[in-house]
Amino acid sequence: MSARPARRPRRGRGSISRRVERLSPSGIRRFFDLLSTMEDVISLGVGEPDFATPWRISEAAIDGIGKGYTMYTSNRGMPELRQEVARNFSARYELDYDPDNELLITVGVSEGLDLSMRAILNPGDEVVSPEPTYVSYSPCVELAGGVFVPVPTTVENSFKVRASDIEERITGRTKAILLGYPNNPTGAVMDRDDLEEVAAVAERHNLFVISDEIYDQLVYGVEHTCFASLPGMKERTILLAGCSKAYAMTGWRVGYAAGPAEIIEAMTKIHQYTMLCAPIMSQMAAIEALRSGDSAVKEMVADYDRRRRVMVKGLNSIGLPCFEPKGAFYAFPSVRSTGLSSEEFAEGLLREERVAVVPGSAFGESGEGYVRCCYATALEDIEEALKRMGRFVKRHS
Amino acid sequence: MNREVIEILEKDAKATVKQIATMTGLSTKKVRETINEAERDRAIVKYKTIVNWERLGEERVQALVEVKVQPQKDVGFDAIAERIYRFPEADSVYLVSGGYDLAVFVVARTEHEVADFVSQKLASMDSVQGTLTHFFLKRYKEDGEVLEGEQKVQRQPLTL
Repeated sequence: MSARPARRPRRGRGSISRRVERLSPSGIRRFFDLLSTMEDVISLGVGEPDFATPWRISEAAIDGIGKGYTMYTSNRGMPELRQEVARNFSARYELDYDPDNELLITVGVSEGLDLSMRAILNPGDEVVSPEPTYVSYSPCVELAGGVFVPVPTTVENSFKVRASDIEERITGRTKAILLGYPNNPTGAVMDRDDLEEVAAVAERHNLFVISDEIYDQLVYGVEHTCFASLPGMKERTILLAGCSKAYAMTGWRVGYAAGPAEIIEAMTKIHQYTMLCAPIMSQMAAIEALRSGDSAVKEMVADYDRRRRVMVKGLNSIGLPCFEPKGAFYAFPSVRSTGLSSEEFAEGLLREERVAVVPGSAFGESGEGYVRCCYATALEDIEEALKRMGRFVKRHS
Repeated sequence: MNREVIEILEKDAKATVKQIATMTGLSTKKVRETINEAERDRAIVKYKTIVNWERLGEERVQALVEVKVQPQKDVGFDAIAERIYRFPEADSVYLVSGGYDLAVFVVARTEHEVADFVSQKLASMDSVQGTLTHFFLKRYKEDGEVLEGEQKVQRQPLTL
């Protein structure tokens, strides 16, 4: 037996994985710290519904716990849930996945995204993705050894990505296109035609497409097109979706990945070693959500739509031009008229008027000049926030 | 008639014409017309307030009275229902299926008032064959609103 004293762990620079160290810290951590010290703030900075999970969904989980459903499930997720997911994709998009080998239940789309990247990327592989972008995309790509290649989108094109802009950035190392529509933070929705052009690019360059459609049910006056449902796309698409946004189930952490069997198999391999399975009680809730949640979703969508109109009209009328978002629950107005950067705007607004919004720069360089305002917020709070923002804009222009 | 205007008002009678116009994308003129028309048609019956009198330290006694009646020739239950619902004590009156015929919800200030109404007025009517009175012990939820103990769960103020 060795009598050598245990070596003290090294501290300071060099003790952390270089890959993690290189990850840019979330741009708004300072802003976050400031927010946490303040009281009576109206926050439009949230990224989740303000509804509680519909009761019959919660009740199904409680009932499951009562009956002893407290164990691990199959790595792929409960068969009943996979069947419901398959039925759902089939009913909504005429898209047929085999619940046995083309579906995986994940811990939210967050895990699905991470698994997708780790399953397909080799070191140095590039992933092309529209920007402004959800904050996790780039880190997930980098943690998997890939290189994130942003494609700027602009308000002039309603924050939709142009296929030609994607194609311009394709190199010999490009492995995949990563889409997130309806989009967080802009609320943009891609039309079927736009997506078909992207599909043609994927086909031409033989790329995977990872399509994060977590907001698929939250669209207003337009129809959501599921990317995998486009001709020829199912075999090259990893479709990521879940319960969090539509069914107001963010805290349950249930998502699903659908794709070609060999990719789902690869993702399952990682999932089984790192996550084992999604929590069984959450899966029970998800089964109920998919079976009976449609009417609750419809009601919530109608409610978001009303608040969306109040938010967008309000922002435009106080001098923050805002294009009309057709999906998710965010408005993304320009704050350029104030001459402030998006971070200065957000910080000033928080300090002076106690309203929290997310600076657009948090979503990549092309988010600069904008802020994200979530309208899944009580109507009174939206109206009061708009009043305060109006005062702030007047003072700063 | 625009359903959405009515749906918004059903949830919040205080919503203004201007607010509803913004929420629906309709003109204020159109919203006002819709509301006027609904009021004229009695599609909108009345605007009321859900009050929790207990918070004001006031007693309100509520009871459900099951009433078994002998239906009358030609008019069925309607005539007797009308004789009952004319009483102000009868807050709501429904014809129901099952073991009895009319469900009469009574609101009064004291139990005595309820007892008085049931025994003196209801039970003594010719076609009433019997009554069974259930006093409410606690109100949990009324007209879709939870009355006590409902607390708003706080979300994280910033999530991306």
